[in-house]
Amino acid sequence: MYGFEALTFNIHAGYLEAIVRGHRAGLLTAADYNNLCQCETLDDIKMHLSATEYGPYLQNEPSPLHTTTIVEKCTLKLVDDYKHMLCQATEPLSTFLEYITYGHMIDNVVLIVTGTLHERDVQELLEKCHPLGMFDSIATLAVAQNMRELYRLVLVDTPLAPYFSECITSEDLDDMNIEIMRNTLYKAYLEDFYRFCQKLGGATAEIMSDLLSFEADRRAVNISINSIGTELTRDDRKKLYSNFGLFYPYGHEELAVCEDIDQVRGVMEKYPPYQSIFSKLSYGESQMLDKAFYEEEVKRLCLAFEQQFHYGVFFAYMRLREQEIRNLMWISECVAQNQKSRVHDSVVFIF
Amino acid sequence: MDNLPPMDLMRSEKMSFVQLIIPVESAHRAVSYLGELGLLQFRDLNADKSPFQRMFVNQVKRCAEMSRKLRFFKDQISKAGLLSSVRPVTQPDVELEELEIQLAEHENELIEMNANSEKLRQSYNELLEFKIVLQKAGSFLVSSGTHAVSERELDENVYSNDDYVDTASLLEQEMRPGISGQSGLRFISGIISKSKVLRFERMLFRAMRGNMLFNQAPADEEIMDPISSEMVEKTVFVVFFSGEQAKSKILKICEAFGASFYPVPEDITKQRQITREVSSRLDELEVTLDAGIRHRNKALASIGVHLVKWISMVRREKAVYDTLSMLNFDVTKKCLVGEGWCPIFAKAQLQAALQRATFDSNSQVGIIYHVMDAAESPPTYFRTNKFTNAFQEIVDAYGVARYQESNPSVYTVITFPFLFAVMFGDWGHGICLLLGALVLIARESKLGTQKLGSFMEMLYGGRYVLLLMSLFSIYCGLIYNEFFSVPYHIFGLSAYKCRDTTCSEAKTTGLVKYQDPYAFGVDPSWRGSRSELPFLNSLKMKMSILLGVAQMNMGIILSYFNARFFGSSLDIRYQFVPQIIFLNSLFGYLSLLIIIKWCTGSQADLYHVMIYMFLSPTEDLGENQLFWGQRPLQIILLLLAMIAVPWMLFPKPFILKRLHTERFQGRTYGILATSETDLEVEPDSARHYDEDFNFSEVFVHQMIHSIEFVLGAVSNTASYLRLWALSLAHSELSTVFYEKVLLLAWGYDNLVIRLVGLAMFAFATAFILLMMETLSAFLHALRLHWVEFQNKFYHGDGF
Repeated sequence: MYGFEALTFNIHAGYLEAIVRGHRAGLLTAADYNNLCQCETLDDIKMHLSATEYGPYLQNEPSPLHTTTIVEKCTLKLVDDYKHMLCQATEPLSTFLEYITYGHMIDNVVLIVTGTLHERDVQELLEKCHPLGMFDSIATLAVAQNMRELYRLVLVDTPLAPYFSECITSEDLDDMNIEIMRNTLYKAYLEDFYRFCQKLGGATAEIMSDLLSFEADRRAVNISINSIGTELTRDDRKKLYSNFGLFYPYGHEELAVCEDIDQVRGVMEKYPPYQSIFSKLSYGESQMLDKAFYEEEVKRLCLAFEQQFHYGVFFAYMRLREQEIRNLMWISECVAQNQKSRVHDSVVFIF
Repeated sequence: MDNLPPMDLMRSEKMSFVQLIIPVESAHRAVSYLGELGLLQFRDLNADKSPFQRMFVNQVKRCAEMSRKLRFFKDQISKAGLLSSVRPVTQPDVELEELEIQLAEHENELIEMNANSEKLRQSYNELLEFKIVLQKAGSFLVSSGTHAVSERELDENVYSNDDYVDTASLLEQEMRPGISGQSGLRFISGIISKSKVLRFERMLFRAMRGNMLFNQAPADEEIMDPISSEMVEKTVFVVFFSGEQAKSKILKICEAFGASFYPVPEDITKQRQITREVSSRLDELEVTLDAGIRHRNKALASIGVHLVKWISMVRREKAVYDTLSMLNFDVTKKCLVGEGWCPIFAKAQLQAALQRATFDSNSQVGIIYHVMDAAESPPTYFRTNKFTNAFQEIVDAYGVARYQESNPSVYTVITFPFLFAVMFGDWGHGICLLLGALVLIARESKLGTQKLGSFMEMLYGGRYVLLLMSLFSIYCGLIYNEFFSVPYHIFGLSAYKCRDTTCSEAKTTGLVKYQDPYAFGVDPSWRGSRSELPFLNSLKMKMSILLGVAQMNMGIILSYFNARFFGSSLDIRYQFVPQIIFLNSLFGYLSLLIIIKWCTGSQADLYHVMIYMFLSPTEDLGENQLFWGQRPLQIILLLLAMIAVPWMLFPKPFILKRLHTERFQGRTYGILATSETDLEVEPDSARHYDEDFNFSEVFVHQMIHSIEFVLGAVSNTASYLRLWALSLAHSELSTVFYEKVLLLAWGYDNLVIRLVGLAMFAFATAFILLMMETLSAFLHALRLHWVEFQNKFYHGDGF
């Protein structure tokens, strides 16, 4: 039904699209960031944020602030926005919105499992979880000893259950296993999300396939870089790549055999959309790669707002807010630790 | 004209731009005195600085912190269910620093008390839960024990209550390490909130692979959640299982679900003993808790007495510091420089306040106050009273007047309620409105102090508008002769009578006129007659046009006064004159025809006259001729109107262009020169002429204006017909309710039906006629003022 969204889209999703575009207008701008970067103390940051949409969330915090409080409250705002939209949404938008949180769910599962493996307190771990990825029985994850139990006990109730089909083993959990599990889950999740968006069709499919492909490719590159020098075999590595995106399938073959970062770079530079990412980096440098990816992602997410009548805006808004919270966290950390010279290192301006 | 006493509301107050140089030590006091006066508008001199770079940011932060504490107190007070008393406090003014210390003390005290009571509450909850578990789980165990062989085995339980030991040490004696031998069937009993039971049970089942028995019973009492202080329903459970591994698993799951578990001894006597102990401890705790709560409430109440005052004080301080942040420090850092606007009449008051501030703060240097020139246009300020305020707000809702522009709210005071009443003419309804308005006004002082809902707030704000509206609608209702749509013979007898005594033909062939016209308003005999509607329609329609033309002329005349005031003869000659000629040669003429027709009782068709005035002006009017010389007059008027259009359109932009070229004498670099001289002049009188003259822009602007006026003359006149339409709708609606509801019901000789009919009539009158119709008539009157009246002269681009 491509091209007919304009006729029917607003019946169900028009209100929410208006809401989300309104939220987008509340994102911090470059001028805000410039002001924030000049702050001397966390109280200054609070004061500046009190004029933004975060104001009501921060106003009742007692004065010796911590970075965690700021981030927590800002995340709370995102969660409130999300919950509001989810309550208003009808199918298939509500499913789409739920899909957005699965990534956090995977992260949370991995966080808890790793934490219990290292015998950390469950409550402490729970506090660190992203509130968007919470589900009811998340605390029970600590009970499980291996993947099979993990699945049987807890995850079978969650939306993540289908993604587990590929990684159920009876092996005991260890760091490597967990990391592989995370990536397998992510792969399954991204593929599922991609299929779902394709099923929705229209502008949603078009825009989301672009955004998700980027996400998949970024994960592929990160997996490749992180697995250099580990005992992961090439075939295993290749198995972790999502089966879509620009690199699929030929890029994956090449990425799978990369032995150092410059080879990865060589692979990426064959793909015109990713050339710009590396153009700013010198050879052998990987620290700045994250930021470069983030910048590219933000650019793509902002573009999603240029088109109307599709669900991509919701995804884009959530991602942009998360990026904004990451920025705020970085700025507040820099301010709190008196490292203001590094403040621009990792801040990605959104507008 | 010029020797009349000045009327405050006609034009906004004259403003002057003043500069204040305030010594640092008296700055705070000066600004707070000025704030109480409310007659000076500061300009933000630090607009380029972000909020935390300003001078008084620390004080602002402190105020924000204090208001946070106050919010905390308020929250606590409302949570505790105390009413904050509104009674006036005779406590002397406290200094801000003192207040800050006080607030911090109170906060610490409160937090400590909260923590204490939370601890108490927690142990109380635990005991209460334990008690419930004992009661419920005991009954499970007993019932299962009677017909189970494993009674003895169950006796030796492993009690897992390590976390419970600290809080209830007297129970420790009950806890012996279980001798887990024999069959290995053990149990864990505990309590969990009701909403989680199902998932908890499922999780246990899954984790144990079904090798367990789960019993549950709802708790009789609700338990207060200490964090959210809400009552939570809980369920007692007992899980039977076997094996050491299973136990640790179950414990982990319990922990994950936030269930708390308590040991229950098998022995009934022991159970009783523990229950007794727990109960006695519960009683003790309850007493302590109550005392704690009483103490806390007392503390809160003592805070509550001052809370309102403190809040207003902190807000005021914050406002003062925010204003201070808008001032500039001069070079020596000894005084602050502020710039702002104040009305000229307020100078004396301002200076007095400043002197008072100097005196009160024992400053050696006075505050320097001097008037400056300013480049931008001053803000608009009207002195209003409680009567004119509502009308001023009606106008301001459209746009705040440009500085010193003639203010439409002067005329709105009368025309607005009058136009409303034309649409709402019924003196019965008018009396209802009048009563409402009088109630609001009588209780003015009382209502003014309390907080009202948004709807009541609106009514209260517009109480004087409502009063005038109701008075005018009584007046118009008398003219229309409608009292809940029923006509009355108030002003003498009807001019008509029946043809014969039976009066059978009254509704068919009509009545005979036998005496002078009815003294005031519409003759009651029109009511119900065959020609009632045509008569009223013709009356109301023509009246609407007359009112409309009169009001639009008024608007154009006001534009003349505006132009004269600002000394712009250009606007008078090339805008006002052609506009008034255009409007009056077409619609003024129509009004004239209407009046002549009314006076002479002629049968002429005015539509025909107006239409053929355009189509064939030279043709003979025939039977439609109303007066001698009508045809030549029409031709002259038509010519005038046709001349007026280009008159409006062309001369003004060309003259403006000529003036511009004359001013700069053909220099194309004029702008650059002025901006250079600006830099040399001292910043006090930084007047820069922004004369970027663009002829095509001016011309297009003028063209839009002229076209708007010409088309607007037609459409606005038509727009005034809404007066007729709404008044017709109102009278028809009230007739329907009266005849089809009240009279119909009255026709039955049945008390119930009559009462129902009366209730329905009252309901319809109150909600549909009095509320909905009032609103719609209000909106239409609003539109007539904003669009049809104000677009003739009102710029409304001030601030």
